[in-house]
This record gives sequence, structure tokens and C-alpha cells, in this order.
Amino acid sequence: MKKEIRICGFGGQGIILAGVVLGEAATRAGHRAVQTQSYGPESRGGAARAEVVISSEPIDYPRVSRPDVVVALSQAGYDRFGKDVADDGIVLVDEALVEAEGVTSVPFTTTAEEVGRKIVSNVVMVGYLGALIEVIPHDVLESTVLANIPAGTEDLNRKAVTAGRDLWLNRAGGNDVS
Amino acid sequence: MSRERDYRRVMKVLGSREQFAQGDVACAYGAILGGCDFFAGYPITPATEVAEAMAALLPRLGGAVMQMEDEIASLSAVIGAAWAGSRAFTATSGPGFSLMQEGIGYACMTETPCVIVNVQRSGPSTGQPTEPAQGDMLQARWGTHGDHEIIALAPASVQECVDLTRLAFNLAEEYRNPVLVMTDGEVGHMREQIVLPAEDEIELVQRRPPTDEPGAFVPFRAVQGSVPEMATFGTGFHTYVTGLTHDERGLPATDDAEKHTKLVRRLVDKVRDDTERLTRVEVDKEEGAEVGIVSYGISARSAAGAVRIARAEGRKISHLRLISVFPFPERAVRDFANGLDRIVVPELNLGQICHVVKEALEGEAAVELVSRIGGEIIPPKEIVRALVEGGEKV
Repeated sequence: MKKEIRICGFGGQGIILAGVVLGEAATRAGHRAVQTQSYGPESRGGAARAEVVISSEPIDYPRVSRPDVVVALSQAGYDRFGKDVADDGIVLVDEALVEAEGVTSVPFTTTAEEVGRKIVSNVVMVGYLGALIEVIPHDVLESTVLANIPAGTEDLNRKAVTAGRDLWLNRAGGNDVS
Repeated sequence: MSRERDYRRVMKVLGSREQFAQGDVACAYGAILGGCDFFAGYPITPATEVAEAMAALLPRLGGAVMQMEDEIASLSAVIGAAWAGSRAFTATSGPGFSLMQEGIGYACMTETPCVIVNVQRSGPSTGQPTEPAQGDMLQARWGTHGDHEIIALAPASVQECVDLTRLAFNLAEEYRNPVLVMTDGEVGHMREQIVLPAEDEIELVQRRPPTDEPGAFVPFRAVQGSVPEMATFGTGFHTYVTGLTHDERGLPATDDAEKHTKLVRRLVDKVRDDTERLTRVEVDKEEGAEVGIVSYGISARSAAGAVRIARAEGRKISHLRLISVFPFPERAVRDFANGLDRIVVPELNLGQICHVVKEALEGEAAVELVSRIGGEIIPPKEIVRALVEGGEKV
């Protein structure tokens, strides 16, 4: 088993935290994982990218080479990385932030607003990706999210990660997303 | 562990033995498990997380962390702390490493045990702060002026950030020399699973204290081997510490060619003569291979990917990974090259260690470079292409 995930957007969207949570949850689920990141010198704004490789084997090259899933949370991120995906790979974009054709638009931001705050859209995405890649049990993912967020925000984040999972499970078209 | 510090107390601060941790933080863990009790530094991307982790962890174990005004002061504080008995280190990146060259030379000349982690970023100058590079490798060897030897290690994983930083502290104490941990922005910011060592896996090598009484003790005379015993400040011994050429008493002897030669020869030989003992390489040799890779640091991960791809295509490829880079493991590299026609060296620079490899091989095999700068690490396929079609001539 090998899953390569690339998440791109801009600084401040919690993209790197999302990558960290997925990688850590994968190791908690008994897999190998490497999480890498790229960003510019700005702490907010500017391009940011997180990559996660999850595998049942030791991982040599730590970067994503042919992503199974690309998530774009910004137009610039989609424009740069949206085409570079494995043949059977999936491209996901945030419905509210990216205009693109032939990809799966997911309401990460809108769903985050519905569960309470736009700021947890990255956690909604984590829940969605966890369900999509099917190698991390949801309870492991949820406990990893809770271990990586500020105290006092547990309820909000638990709702967000669960709402993300449900977005995938209840997606229109069932298994036929690509 | 050192002094009042015991393993249980350390692990209470570091957390569980198995973690999904970042390379920089892992360097901090390795330092603490290596007995570090003093850190001085100045924040710089991509090494800042080392300082942050040390600031969060070390005071809880009774150690001291100082944010200095710059990198010159950082290494100077580390050198002072080492003479006061600490196992001390600093962490920086390219621009800071340049400033530390003066202190590195001073530490070599005064035989001060100290560890410097360089999380290399793309240069020259301030370059690309957030992007990884391996552009400081020859600066590590020759950045400070004058004849000297350096010990340098190159982690290729987050686990090795723990293991090699820990090792660096022992080597620094044993050889009384600066030890460099040459990581990079990719390994430094990468997260992987690590396993921290168990209590019985930890050995702390200590500097040797004086065997003579105060008054009889000669601070820079190597009585056993070529590393002198070290009289820590405050233990009753007079030790004059200077970067000037000094005699065995430590007193300046700047116009004495014989004393200078004897001193500098000893400083160089104490490391160089122990190259075999300091050599750490990982060899993956394939019978019948005519082409090999010599790699180090993050580029070794690209190389391992290239070996996997090439072998799946039915090609025979051998691979040697340098874990210790200096003193350069000449013999190990020569043994590895035996029977190979070509050796490919992948590096995140325009060619540095490839030259050292070439010098070591003395024409035994052709040396070719796979070079990349600008921020992305080397895709394995670029190395595969060089293995098949040839790389850049060195």
C-alpha cells in the first residue's frame, strides 16, 4: 500500500497542520509516513504546500512523485499542481475558493462555516481525506486531530473532522468521483 | 545521564519513545539525550525549531538556553559554556554558519568540545530561506581559516537527527573538537516516526579530566593518545585559553615555528589519524554492478529511490551512503568503488562532495554529478537518468 497526498494553498490555511495530522494518524494506524512541506518566507499568504506519503513499506524518497490525491485550497495552488496527478488520481478543490473543470469540488469552507468557524476548513478536509484514502480509522484520525489543536477547541474540531468524513461518505455519485 | 539528570526525568520531558516528529525537534531530542545542558542560538529559518524546542525542553531539565544577539555570540557562548563544564551546542543555517566560522576555528585551536547543527538552506547569502540545500558542505570542511580538521555528520532522516546529534556530543567530548551535524531544510522540517533510545542504549562519553594535581597539570599536553585531558574552569586548575599559537601550558608562543607545527599537526592528526574509527557509511553493494552512487544527507533518500527504480528495471546498481562526511571516509569509498566504472554523486549544490570523492578515488572510477539547486530535492528519476546516460562530468 502506498498513498501520496499533496495539499496546496496559501500560508495561514492550516495546510501544513493538515499534513502533519494525516501523517501522524497514519503512523498511529501502524503505517509508515513522511510529511514534508514547502512555503515561502511569509507566515501568512504566499504559496504553501504539504505532502504526505503513507506506505506499508519503508519510504525512501520523502516527496510525492505521482499523487493519488491533490487538494487545492487556492486558485494558484490548483493552477500550479492541479494537473500533476497519477492516472487514477483524484483532484479535489475547495468549492468556494477554486474554479476548475473536470475536478471534484468539495465544500470544505462552507462545511466549516456550518459546523461553527471557517478556520476549521482544514480539519474538514482532513476528515474527508481520511475517509477517502481508507487506511486510517476515523477514531485514530479524530484523536490525532485532538492532539494537535489548541485546548478549548475540541468540540469544534471533532465536529469538523466528522463532518469532513460525512462529506465523503455522502458524496453525490457515490464511488464514482474521479 | 549527566549529573542530576536521569533517563526517567528526561523522558518525562521528551514524551513517549515513539513519536511523529520533525527533524529540527529531533536534533533537540538527540542533544538532550546526548547530555546537552546548554544551548545558545539565534533564530534563523529553517533551524529556528531547534532553538524553540531547546527553549521549551532544556530548562525543565535544569539546563540553560540563551538567545544571543547573533551567531558569533551564540557559538562564543557555547565555547564558554563548554569550558565551564557544559555539553553545549548551537543550531543555525547558512548565513549564521558563515558568522560562526571564526568561532569554529577558535574551538578547533582551543580544543573545545562543541556541537553545531547546520540546517542548510539555499544560498549564497540569505538566498532562499525556506528552501533546502547542501551548499555548505565544503564550508563545513574549510570555512574557517588555517589548517584544521573537522568532524561532520549528515543525517538523512528524522531518526538520524536524533542519533547523529547524540553521537556528535560524544565525539565532541572525546576528540575535544567541534562536531558539525550537517542537516538541511528538507530533513529539518520533515516529519517521520522516530524511536528514542532506551536507557541501556545511551552511553555518555565524557572529556577526560586531569590526572595530575593542580600545579603539575599541563593543560595542552596530550599524555595519552593525542587528545589532552581537559581541566574544566572552576575545578582548581589554571588553564589559559587562547586562539593564538600556544605551548603545552596554553601560553602564547606565536613566533616559534616548532611549537606551532607541533600544535597544529597534533590538532589535525588527532582527527585525521582516527578516520577509520570515525567512518560511518551504509553500503548497499550489488554483485556485478558497474555503476554506483555515493550519496549523503537528504540526497541519499533520492538515491535510494533511484536504486529501487533502477533495480526494478533490471539494472545493477551499488550505493554507498556517507553518514560521516568528514574526516572523509576515503578508504570506505575506495573499497566501494573497487570494480565500478562510474560513480554518480547527487547533491543539492553545483558540485561539492563529488570533488572530494574524485580526489579519494584517484581515477579508479569516473565521478559524475547530479546537481540541483533552487529548492526542490532531487527526484529519483534524475539520478536514474544519470545512472543510465551519464551525469555531469566532474
